[in-house]
Amino acid sequence: MQIGVPRETRARETRVAATPKTVGQLLALGHEVVVESGAGAAASFADEAYAAAGARVVDGSIAWRADIVLRVNAPTPEEVSRLRPGAVLVSLLSPALSPGLLEQLRAAGVTALAMDAVPRISRAQSLDVLSSMANIAGYRAVIEAAHEFGSFFTGQVTAAGKVPPAKVLVIGAGVAGLAAIGTAGSLGAVVRAFDARPEVAEQVRSMGAEFLAVELADEGPSADGYAREMGEDFNRRAAQLYAEQARDVDIIITTALIPGKPAPRLITADMVASMRPGSVLVDLAAANGGNIEGSVPDELVVTASGVKIIGYTDLAARLPTQASQLYATNLVNLMKLLTPGKDGRVVLDLDDVVQRGMTVVRDAELLWPPPPISVSAAPAPVAAPPAPVKEPRRPPDPRRRYALLAVAAAAFAAVAAVSPPAFLGHFTVFALAVVVGYYVIGHVHHALHTPLMSVTNAISGIIVVGALLQLGSGRLGSSPAVTVVAFVATLVASINIFGGFLVTRRMLTMFRKG
Amino acid sequence: MTLSLIQAAYLVAALLFIASLAGLSMHETAREGNVLGMVGMAVALVGTLWLAGQRADWLTWLAIAVAVSVGGGIGVRRARQVQMTGMPELIAMLHSFVGLAAVLVGYNSFLSGLSDAVHGVEVFLGVFIGAVTLTGSVVAFLKLSARISSRPLMLPARHWLNLLALLVSAGLLVWFVGGRSIVPLMLMTVVALLFGWHLVASIGGGDMPVVVSMLNSYSGWAAAAAGFMLGNDLLIITGALVGSSGAYLSYIMCRAMNRSFVSVIAGGFGSDGAVRGGELDYGEHRETSAEEVASLVTSAASVVITPGYGMAVAQAQYPVAELTAKLRERGVAVRFGIHPVAGRLPGHMNVLLAEARVPYDIVLEMDEINDDLADTDVVLVIGANDTVNPAATEDPSSPIAGMPVLKVWEAGHVVVFKRSMNTGYAGVQNPLFFRENSQMLFGDARERVEDILRAL
Repeated sequence: MQIGVPRETRARETRVAATPKTVGQLLALGHEVVVESGAGAAASFADEAYAAAGARVVDGSIAWRADIVLRVNAPTPEEVSRLRPGAVLVSLLSPALSPGLLEQLRAAGVTALAMDAVPRISRAQSLDVLSSMANIAGYRAVIEAAHEFGSFFTGQVTAAGKVPPAKVLVIGAGVAGLAAIGTAGSLGAVVRAFDARPEVAEQVRSMGAEFLAVELADEGPSADGYAREMGEDFNRRAAQLYAEQARDVDIIITTALIPGKPAPRLITADMVASMRPGSVLVDLAAANGGNIEGSVPDELVVTASGVKIIGYTDLAARLPTQASQLYATNLVNLMKLLTPGKDGRVVLDLDDVVQRGMTVVRDAELLWPPPPISVSAAPAPVAAPPAPVKEPRRPPDPRRRYALLAVAAAAFAAVAAVSPPAFLGHFTVFALAVVVGYYVIGHVHHALHTPLMSVTNAISGIIVVGALLQLGSGRLGSSPAVTVVAFVATLVASINIFGGFLVTRRMLTMFRKG
Repeated sequence: MTLSLIQAAYLVAALLFIASLAGLSMHETAREGNVLGMVGMAVALVGTLWLAGQRADWLTWLAIAVAVSVGGGIGVRRARQVQMTGMPELIAMLHSFVGLAAVLVGYNSFLSGLSDAVHGVEVFLGVFIGAVTLTGSVVAFLKLSARISSRPLMLPARHWLNLLALLVSAGLLVWFVGGRSIVPLMLMTVVALLFGWHLVASIGGGDMPVVVSMLNSYSGWAAAAAGFMLGNDLLIITGALVGSSGAYLSYIMCRAMNRSFVSVIAGGFGSDGAVRGGELDYGEHRETSAEEVASLVTSAASVVITPGYGMAVAQAQYPVAELTAKLRERGVAVRFGIHPVAGRLPGHMNVLLAEARVPYDIVLEMDEINDDLADTDVVLVIGANDTVNPAATEDPSSPIAGMPVLKVWEAGHVVVFKRSMNTGYAGVQNPLFFRENSQMLFGDARERVEDILRAL
């Protein structure tokens, strides 16, 4: 089918839904690709690069009339009318917040797939643009904060004096939060993080940050993988924590979003005012109402006390090349799912929870919201089969051990009493050799266990001594059976001696130090 | 005087053998240890030939020369030709020769005349252990060289059969010592041969490290028994050394599988009725490509490779070594993590990697590397399955629960090289494949690693 990639028209949008690299991948699936001229210009992808990758560079009307239209942002009403009935539109749609757009798409007879409605299950991770964009936004949030911040992030001792490291607080340890933690940490800052979900503490610590916890009765993990609104008591304690931290830290990055609801207000104007002049706050939720009181979408606000609040909503688009590449790769993964035969034929399977979740409109039928699904890969409290509880083994009664030893000693004495002294002499040698062997072998390096076995193979060929003595015990012919048997025994034992030592030598010469 | 000198030669030989095994404790002294073993053997042989030669005529000398040179020739040929992947077979074959020699020496001892009842018991036990070692090693050899299926043979009432064989042998011992006739000795030999055969036939491929080290131990006890019947201390000492060496290796292997020696001998995993109630939903696994793995490992700071028997089967050690060398050139810290029961022989993986010229100081044992895996960027699991299964530590109801495993899942990324999604030896599904940081690279391990090399 023909895939169209029109130019993005929203203000400040720099991303594009296909890159020269993903064009090649789409062609490999059997599709034809048309790209509107100039679509990738803002992301540093020239028309020539698309053409070289195998796409046809066309003007907008042709790109919009393709069978499948790939976009970053939702279309305007005017753009919806440029779509052909029966076409498939794939883009960010915010279906929960834009019922009017869905209605228009339905009326236009378009099938629409919302990239921001991908279910949060492991299998769908490769399509999850919210994750890939959040990752970029988290990174960029730290870069923007560093740009506005008047000091180093990393602590240094210089000839001109000691520089303390910057202290960064990240609120919300989702994908964006973790990316921010990692970036701030790698710039050398002291990073602390807070999240309402205690189960992310481990991830936070693995990124090298300190996890701030609020002591509270258990709330349980969320079933859909997103954070949810918390109880009254929790919010009160969290607010105390923010207030304490605000007085201490230099940078605060908030990433708290609850899908389909306005962003929770976390940082009040009082807290902002309590921060040192020159401190920087970045509000990643500015577009949805903001986590920080006083943040303005798409603007940098400087408060009366000299604190800067960044409310940019286009953080991902500020890394246009990388963001386009990740977004376009997410789209390729979607097209792989939709083109199971790799033959250019698109099959939409609504029995698949991933495709069902993303499809908001099909054949003039509104399919939003999808039936709820629960994250299956999470360690849900499945009724695990009760593990067979082993009875803790009672420590053996020491008296029993002594009794056993006594019995063994008595038995040995009884056997020894009737044994000839010569046997006991040999037995002494044997017992001591076993003990020596045990201690010597215990020190053998694990890597040398195979050579050890082949050496023991070789030395157990010492049984040849017995065979040789038997062979030499009488003149040949006096007892032919003994001679023949001893001959064969000598022969096979010789194989062991020569084979064992030689193969050991061969192996040992192979081992070399780096 | 001659006898005293020979006695002294035997003592020197025994000490040299101990020094030889002690030399294997470190890479630096291992070659010297092997040489000490050769010297010890030469001392022992010279002494023995001197003693035997005093009564021998030229025909005997000729027979000795022919036997040693033919046997030695075969041994040299095998040692030169053997592939390192074929080491388990060679070792098993050499065990069987010790067993055969022990049986033959035992019969000869009987034919030359028994001195007393104790001697009779010694001959009987020597032949018994030798015969069990002989057929057991032959079966192990056939299984390891894939001439017969490595699946465990499941006869009905197999434990009772083993017990019956032991009881019958005990009865025959009484008969033999009482009557001193060759009939019970031969009957016992047949029973012991069948017993040895059945013992190893009922053990599966993955338990082979235990079986081979157990047979190593038996071959030592057989030599020691021969020493008792001949009244030769050198044989007793050497046999005891080899016997305890094999026993110690078996113990290490069993501990590495968290199983008792008896349970390994009595049959494989899953044969003891450990059936899981229903298939759990582990989620979806993700596939990756050789190109992606290539870019993953080149951007990593540290890579750990955990090989298993699959690497030996696919003969992938050479491309793996090349990959290691290339990555090390680029400044990636590459190390290997070896599980004690990886492969079919204790230390098998180390020898394979050494053959492919991987330096031994980056090849670490499980205990040495397990704590570092959490700080490792990428782990490549090549042909290993049960030894990297998180269920062993996390699922108390799993058949392999409690087995020490390589904690590869703690690393940043895990790439699993595998032919298909089939289970490993233990027949247990591996939740590792479904972890979010795991990716599967399907296909022949050798070809896939070569693909990665091309992509570099």
